[in-house]
Amino acid sequence: MTGINLFQILNGLTFAALLFIVASGFTLIFGLLRIVNLAHGALYLIGGLAGYSVAEATGSAALGAVAAMALVALLGAVLERGLMRFVRGAELRQVLLTLGVAFILDDVALVIWGGDTFTVPVPPMLQGAMRVGGVFYPKFRIFVLALGVVVFAALWLLLNHTRLGALIRAGVDDPEMVEASGINIRRVFLGTFMLGTALAGLGGVVGGAFLTLYPTADAEILVFSLAVVIIGGRGSLVGAAVGALLVGLLNSIGRVMFPELAYFVIFGPMALLLAFRPLGLFGKAA
Amino acid sequence: MAAPISQAATPTYETRRRPSRVAAWIVLITVALIALPLVLPSYQVSIATQILIFGVLAMSIDVLAGYGGRTSLGHGAIFGASTYVVIYWTSVLGGGIWTGIALGILCTTLLAAVFALLAIRTSGVYFLLLTLALGMIVWGLCLRWTSVTGGENGLRGIGRPDLIADHISFYYAVLLVVVPVTWAMWRFVHSPFGLTLRGIRDSESRMRGLGYNVPLHLFIAFVASGFFAGVAGALYALFNNFVSPSTVQLSQSVAALLMAITGGVGTLLGSFVGATLIISLENAVSVFTARWPTVLGLTFVLIMIFAPEGVVGRARILLSQRRKRQSSRALH
Amino acid sequence: MDRRQFLKTTALTLATGAGALAAPHIVRAQSGPIRIGLMAPQTGVVAAGGREIIDGFTLFWENAGSRVGDRSVELVIEDDASNPDTALQKARRLVEQAKVHFLFGNLLANTGLAVANYVKDNGTPYFIPVIAADDLTQRSRIKNVIRAGGYSASQFSRPLADWALKQGYKKIATISQDYTFGHEQCGGFAQTFTEGGGAIVGQFWHPLNTSDFSPYLGQISGLAPDAVFAMETGADSSRLIQQYASFGLKGQIPMLGAQNATDQSVIRTLGPECEGIVTSAHFAEGADLPATRAFVKTYSGKFSKIPSLYAFSHYVGAMWVAKAINRIGGKVEDRNLLLETVLKTDLPDSPLGKPVRFDDYGNPIYDVFIRKVVKNKDGKFWNVPIETYPQVSQFWKYDPKTYLKQPPYSRDFQGIKKT
Repeated sequence: MTGINLFQILNGLTFAALLFIVASGFTLIFGLLRIVNLAHGALYLIGGLAGYSVAEATGSAALGAVAAMALVALLGAVLERGLMRFVRGAELRQVLLTLGVAFILDDVALVIWGGDTFTVPVPPMLQGAMRVGGVFYPKFRIFVLALGVVVFAALWLLLNHTRLGALIRAGVDDPEMVEASGINIRRVFLGTFMLGTALAGLGGVVGGAFLTLYPTADAEILVFSLAVVIIGGRGSLVGAAVGALLVGLLNSIGRVMFPELAYFVIFGPMALLLAFRPLGLFGKAA
Repeated sequence: MAAPISQAATPTYETRRRPSRVAAWIVLITVALIALPLVLPSYQVSIATQILIFGVLAMSIDVLAGYGGRTSLGHGAIFGASTYVVIYWTSVLGGGIWTGIALGILCTTLLAAVFALLAIRTSGVYFLLLTLALGMIVWGLCLRWTSVTGGENGLRGIGRPDLIADHISFYYAVLLVVVPVTWAMWRFVHSPFGLTLRGIRDSESRMRGLGYNVPLHLFIAFVASGFFAGVAGALYALFNNFVSPSTVQLSQSVAALLMAITGGVGTLLGSFVGATLIISLENAVSVFTARWPTVLGLTFVLIMIFAPEGVVGRARILLSQRRKRQSSRALH
Repeated sequence: MDRRQFLKTTALTLATGAGALAAPHIVRAQSGPIRIGLMAPQTGVVAAGGREIIDGFTLFWENAGSRVGDRSVELVIEDDASNPDTALQKARRLVEQAKVHFLFGNLLANTGLAVANYVKDNGTPYFIPVIAADDLTQRSRIKNVIRAGGYSASQFSRPLADWALKQGYKKIATISQDYTFGHEQCGGFAQTFTEGGGAIVGQFWHPLNTSDFSPYLGQISGLAPDAVFAMETGADSSRLIQQYASFGLKGQIPMLGAQNATDQSVIRTLGPECEGIVTSAHFAEGADLPATRAFVKTYSGKFSKIPSLYAFSHYVGAMWVAKAINRIGGKVEDRNLLLETVLKTDLPDSPLGKPVRFDDYGNPIYDVFIRKVVKNKDGKFWNVPIETYPQVSQFWKYDPKTYLKQPPYSRDFQGIKKT
């Protein structure tokens, strides 16, 4: 059997890019609002399916992506304003509430879309394969890789070079301080929550184009995102990127080298890391 | 960080209750449990058995969550590991059922010790996530280690011994195990050790300052909790006569945690109330609709918003409020 | 006293003792409706297939006016949640509480095996039009479990292997979901293919619900086989077919597959990437046979989709059992009579389009179509027969007794003939 080669590395990188898009939203919310949003996977699925429907109806995948992000951001707003306010400050109650929301959203998705396997249509210019360093590789996956980099850059600029970003970063480190300085931190929270969930929606459309959408796709992506965020550390963008790269590459290489231990390869190192560095590679103490 | 889901439980309450009344309640409940199979149709008896088994699992979670302040999402995996061992031992290796049960509980306790070593340094959501990840590893192994676990298809058991083959005698057998196990857990959380555990739940730093070995206490609590989950898992092997990765999957942990929460975290016996409510609800709902996940999700959301202290916790609050009012009236 | 007898006695004691609670179900025999318990996944990963199980099954009973053997029919439908623990729970409910006369259904092998293990003890007839685990009608046969309308996993991949040899393929790689259903289908293929002189150059086993096939596709293309045999179901199949095309393998290496790989449940949401895949099955929705055409037309008219494996199997299964019930005048309470009669009943006029009958082991013998995915005149993709292998049993050309001496297929035993 072939060992590790460029092809497998590219596979790992493209999967990592998707994981980053989804997990960066997760880590933003986790970092600022201290909410482990276990409905993130369900939002990924709903976003993907909505994006699929819009893309099929309009013939434009880009429109599908925009619609998915808008819808999921709206759902995020409803979740944050409508439900989370009842359980603010109680960490575990929040986690379990989002788990309940995840069950409901999944079931709603099943009722609306019927549980068939859907693939978000890829625009013609991204179909087919291209030659990368001696191997044929699908254009769309290269696009996903590029998109991951773009999302990283955009979030980095947003966090480090805008006022909102400064507020978010300050909020991650010390929410009381921000509030004390007369800023409406609730609005910052809401904005972050919507941004974070919108990224899940974007991930759903992108992931739906090459990994397809089906019942339980949400749980899979959620578990991978959790691994990414736990490894990277709460609220850290760089952490999410490093975590995504690690998980993406471990997943792709692990499947080839140790097919029997597919899950062990990802969760084993993660459990060890968490046991000795509970806050992850780049996490800061609360 | 280490706070339990709700602080509503008032652990000193039981000790204030008059012993004669406690005894009366115990007798009443015992009689009801013994008489149950005489009035219920046989299928309902099997549901009652299932409630007893899941009640033990939920209690094992409560030992950690309600008294140690550590909410686990890995107990489904610990529970199911015991089920796997029992069925593997009896059906693949052809071993005896009693040895199988002993081995199942032993292996599970060891597994819990490994989980504990990795997890006790964390608390709050990190503990939740770490136990979730550890549970995922167990699930992944059961799914992929096909030569031993039968993979996706799972393993079929050889059936129960003749003596406890039918629903009713099996119910009594389970009851015979569940009662002492419940009593043991009750003693455990109300022992001086349990008190220390509660101290850790409320303030880890204070207990550390007082010279308590916090990690050791949590380790012992986790292992004990794993032992009890293992007992439940072994009973489940006899009940279900079948095991597959869905027995160890995350949703099992979630369901059991929901039972503990519904009953009331930190109330221990509330777990049985939670198990009764959730399992009955599932059975009742399935007659009308296949939308059980929605119902389950709604239950989760509503409980988290309106009754995070659970049914028993809420009842206690109401009772103690009434008592306060009565005693204040008596004073005037 | 055996377990079932004990249960019955207990139930009767209860019925007399507790009066109203259990009485109505027990005392009423013969005269009341025939109660059928159908289990189908309505939630969980294969919920779409479960919907079609219900559609296909109820369509038959609606057409039959919900009557058979001069008795009315009452369907009790339960969700198995794509989960064996739930399936077991629901089977208990149907048998012990709803008192159904027999069970039908389930989709995933693990749910079916769990239920089969349960009915083994209590004798309830259980018909499995989709559950294909070989040993249920081979080495560990359960008398009251019958594959009405179903097939055993390795049954259809053998004629496909034979066809592949005739196409001149010498080297084939297999890719399959890593569970018994996959091991068995691949085993049937690998054994027949290597015994006929071909070589299996690589076998890839991936977990169910693999989102990313690229690691395997890289390895397959490295082996450069003459063709690939794909054993996939549901979402895995959609993804493999799609990723196979997007990695450019579709034009280079022809794809053969198990029938579930190109079932309607998979290809109805796919585009041209599924065109040309060759599979084998007892049914082809594009077959130019009168009974098939009529069924496809009715079904499509009612549910606005072409029937899948789940739908037609349950329609055929219901038809088969209904015919037997008619022959015994509705006496479903006599379980042995029902089971024996079902096994002796031939079905000449089902939507499959060809006559079918049972072998001595409770598994049907079918005319197997080699099918190819093509676009029909409505622009939809479907499977059309390109060749027929008549009278294929689960034992192919082997003598059943000799065959049953070889171990069951697993990841480690694929029946590959060493050269």
